[in-house]
Amino acid sequence: MLSTIQPPRYLSRFPLRGRTKSRPFHILSSAQPVTKTSFAADQSQILSIRDSLLNRHLSAVELTHSYLDRLKQTEPHINCFLHVSDPDKVLKQAQDIDDKIKRNEEVGPLAGVLVAIKDNICTADMPSTGGSYILEGYRPPFDATAVKRLKDLGAIVVGKTNLDEFGMGSTTEASAFKVTANPWDLSRVPGGSSGGSAASVSARQCVVSLGSDTGGSVRQPASFCGVVGLKPTYGRVSRFGLMAYASSLDVIGCFGSSVADTGILLHAISGHDSLDATSSKREVPDFTSQFTSASSLKSRPLEGLRVGLIRETVDAGVDSGVKSAIEGAATHLEQLGCVLKEVSLPSFSLGLPAYYILASSESSSNLSRYDGVRYGNQASSDELNALYEESRAKGFGSEVKMRILMGTYALSAGYYDAYYKRAQQVRTIIRKSFKAALDENDILISPAAPSAAYKIGEKKNDPLAMYAGDIMTVNVNLAGLPALVLPCGFVEGGAVGLPVGLQIIGAAFDEEKLVKVGHIFEQTLEGYNFVPPLITDVGGASA
Amino acid sequence: MASTLFRTIQIHPFLLYPTALFSGRNGVLYCTMKSSQTQTATQEKQQPPKVKVPQHALKKTVDKITRDYEAIIGIETHVQLSTLTKAFCSCPYNYGSQPNTSICPICMGLPGALPVLNSKVIEFAVKLGLALNCKLSLNSKFDRKQYFYPDLPKGYQISQFDIPIATGGYVDLDLPLEFGGGHRKFGITRVHMEEDAGKLLHSGNEDYSQEIISLTSIHSYFSKHTVDLNRAGVPLLEIVSEPDMRTGIEAAEYAAELQRVVRYLGISNGNMQEGSLRCDVNVSIRPVGQSEFGTKVEIKNLNSFSSINRAIDFEISRQALLHSQGQSDQIVQETRLWEEGAQKTVTMRKKEGLSDYRYFPEPDLPEVILTHEYVDSISNSLPELPEAKRRRYEKMGLSMQDVLFLANDMNVAEYFDATLSSGADIKLAANWIMGDIAAYMKNEKLSINDIKLTPQELAELIASIKSGTISGKIGKEILSELLAKGGTVKGLIEEKDLIQAS
Repeated sequence: MLSTIQPPRYLSRFPLRGRTKSRPFHILSSAQPVTKTSFAADQSQILSIRDSLLNRHLSAVELTHSYLDRLKQTEPHINCFLHVSDPDKVLKQAQDIDDKIKRNEEVGPLAGVLVAIKDNICTADMPSTGGSYILEGYRPPFDATAVKRLKDLGAIVVGKTNLDEFGMGSTTEASAFKVTANPWDLSRVPGGSSGGSAASVSARQCVVSLGSDTGGSVRQPASFCGVVGLKPTYGRVSRFGLMAYASSLDVIGCFGSSVADTGILLHAISGHDSLDATSSKREVPDFTSQFTSASSLKSRPLEGLRVGLIRETVDAGVDSGVKSAIEGAATHLEQLGCVLKEVSLPSFSLGLPAYYILASSESSSNLSRYDGVRYGNQASSDELNALYEESRAKGFGSEVKMRILMGTYALSAGYYDAYYKRAQQVRTIIRKSFKAALDENDILISPAAPSAAYKIGEKKNDPLAMYAGDIMTVNVNLAGLPALVLPCGFVEGGAVGLPVGLQIIGAAFDEEKLVKVGHIFEQTLEGYNFVPPLITDVGGASA
Repeated sequence: MASTLFRTIQIHPFLLYPTALFSGRNGVLYCTMKSSQTQTATQEKQQPPKVKVPQHALKKTVDKITRDYEAIIGIETHVQLSTLTKAFCSCPYNYGSQPNTSICPICMGLPGALPVLNSKVIEFAVKLGLALNCKLSLNSKFDRKQYFYPDLPKGYQISQFDIPIATGGYVDLDLPLEFGGGHRKFGITRVHMEEDAGKLLHSGNEDYSQEIISLTSIHSYFSKHTVDLNRAGVPLLEIVSEPDMRTGIEAAEYAAELQRVVRYLGISNGNMQEGSLRCDVNVSIRPVGQSEFGTKVEIKNLNSFSSINRAIDFEISRQALLHSQGQSDQIVQETRLWEEGAQKTVTMRKKEGLSDYRYFPEPDLPEVILTHEYVDSISNSLPELPEAKRRRYEKMGLSMQDVLFLANDMNVAEYFDATLSSGADIKLAANWIMGDIAAYMKNEKLSINDIKLTPQELAELIASIKSGTISGKIGKEILSELLAKGGTVKGLIEEKDLIQAS
């Protein structure tokens, strides 16, 4: 099936980010970097694009064409997007950048970077449905702050990506519109809920993408799709324009094909926003200062870094392949100089029930606004209660309805103390236990998910099994901490194996450390190529 | 905002009442707060009942029955704050604007929009909490109160539930002499911050027809009801009283005192007709001497102080009559509507058990933390409040009637105080203000801030009469000149050569 896909026109001129020493294409192979950055642009697609544009090795239009062509060819197989921007408009924006460069005008640091946006993040110029039928065709009158910041820096929005309805799911199958496939094996799920954003980066349909992470919705799909996913500290990135699922847990997160890209993307969207009272006023450090090229690294660049492997995450219930990939990653960290030890978080298993109570409770409230009165799909009814009931009955999918029901129940008089309040108490315990573990360790590591990507439909009718898959990630949201997921190995499955992600958890607002450690890990991990076969086939390259 | 058209919906008429209360014509027709002479609750002109007055004999019976019972009255008051912008967004709010002209993604509850608290709301809440002698919660929070209604864009109201910003206060007031006079102290249970909802508009409300049609063109053929969200998100303070009041007059005077306090504080215009001050009253009765409370009935649609008074007295009679006829089981927990035209309360909806609003802490807003310094600085900036003013005037030797008149309106009180500080005699200044000046204001429909006569010149006028420079009669002539045109007493005396021959 895939052999019918023709190589994109500009692909031969544009690199595919793979963490392999023998890259088939190398954009700067014959060019000397002109910028005096402390790290080589070949570690970052974003920096490579910037170099190429400023060195006039590549125009933004050419670059955009290469991505759009690949998108056009791969999209029918993967279905990442709910809405793709009008190619003419995208090319027009690219042309504007080229014109500016020609006139030697300043262009933003993200000029020409094609970014995909999860569809629960509002974009003024295109539909934003949250993956829900109730918002079908809805076009918000404003950009989410994160989107606005990206646009202000020159990024070009290439489209809106598929997701589990309002972020509720772990496979992207709960989208009201389509099922997204995993680029590594089209019969498998990309993870979720940001499955479209993860798969689109994995398939190189865009440079980077934004997702959202309430209980793992950036990190688990990053792991399933073999890309880097970064969930920032709660409050680091404005939530303004992110359709709320569980407000106290939701964060906008970043996907990229390298740690550097996710770090640059996070830097671009971070910082206080007067439109989000929960956004932090803390200074945002320049994560890019942490990047060094592989060749300039010392032999043990992470000497003395205290790494805690969370014991509960490699216990029973975790696939043996995942377990050995994580053990391999831990060994790699040790070789880099880290001091590894196991830490135990006794409250770890409490995270899952606490998460599902809190997230459902908040969602039951947050989704009340979808009543068909002001926007979105409205049932035709002459009577108010019938209008509400029918609009919501038709508008919401079953997963969303289930969570609204659970949350409504948990908040009801007589049950509040037993459920919601108790879950909040558990949350406090979890927060404290993470704090204690991070006082003794610089970072904590764990798998990002108990397994690699599973088959489409496999867990669709078994929500509890799907929920259990969130065990690795939900605790981090409850504690509000930042976490980075990056590919660290493979398990058997698909044509060439399925990627496994390593989760690195840091102290609150210490994304800088995560990016630094992740970058060094990535630069020094040899023998793996995290470009999915679909793309390398398309590109005519072999890893 | 073409993508966010306001839909029209048809609503069961039964459900319309809650918002109709504050927006309908009743509110305009029956307000009785127009005359400058009638500014305390009980001084309002009592409207003659428009329908059949109860038979004299019947009334006598009811009065007799009523005497055997004690009424327990508590009031929930919503005060709309006069902040420049709404509670959680930067939209301004102006009463009477065209529908949906003062809205944004935040107060419309669009997906992804978040509330950010207007810090003035906290300042005003602290002011009112202090003025009502409350204990302030240094750490309070917002909660979500959840229910579905078309005027509530988010499907929940941001409010405060278990930790209100202020608790445990009281108000002091003096009943007017014509109602027996006397000092009263009524407890305040709590004051909390919340946001207002929008309004439902009904077809046939021609004032808005133009705008409505443009907003609802898609379904206009069945546009019986439309939503105006201008008011959605306007900050409110809800003040809950202790059930300390016993009569309609006490309740009306309590509401009037709250109006004075919010006006003195400058946190609200306290205007009942516009819905800036809204009172819901809870009434129950019990046989005198019984300690347990009777079944509580809530009364809504009270658009003036006198309607509070009359509605409560009606309700007390109604309940007493049922009691005396052995039908106390007919008194059920319900919300009743005061019908101004019929001068009676009617059932609006029965309360079947308690509503479950599923409150939980609002995760979009941080906790509200007050520092002692902040509270102190607000405390130090408070103006002299009505009660303090009344006590001061009383100590000056003014009669309670004069005290109530002068302290009722903050501007009048300020004028009086300024006249005194220019050296005027207390009693004379009070008499001039309450007499000729008030009459002039009433005739010309002016407020005291509109008249041209300055307090300094009033003091000068009083002094000139007192010293015998001019006669009282000439003083009155000069006064009307000064009120209408301004100028100085000396100037007018010289100009008109009015010095009294001695």
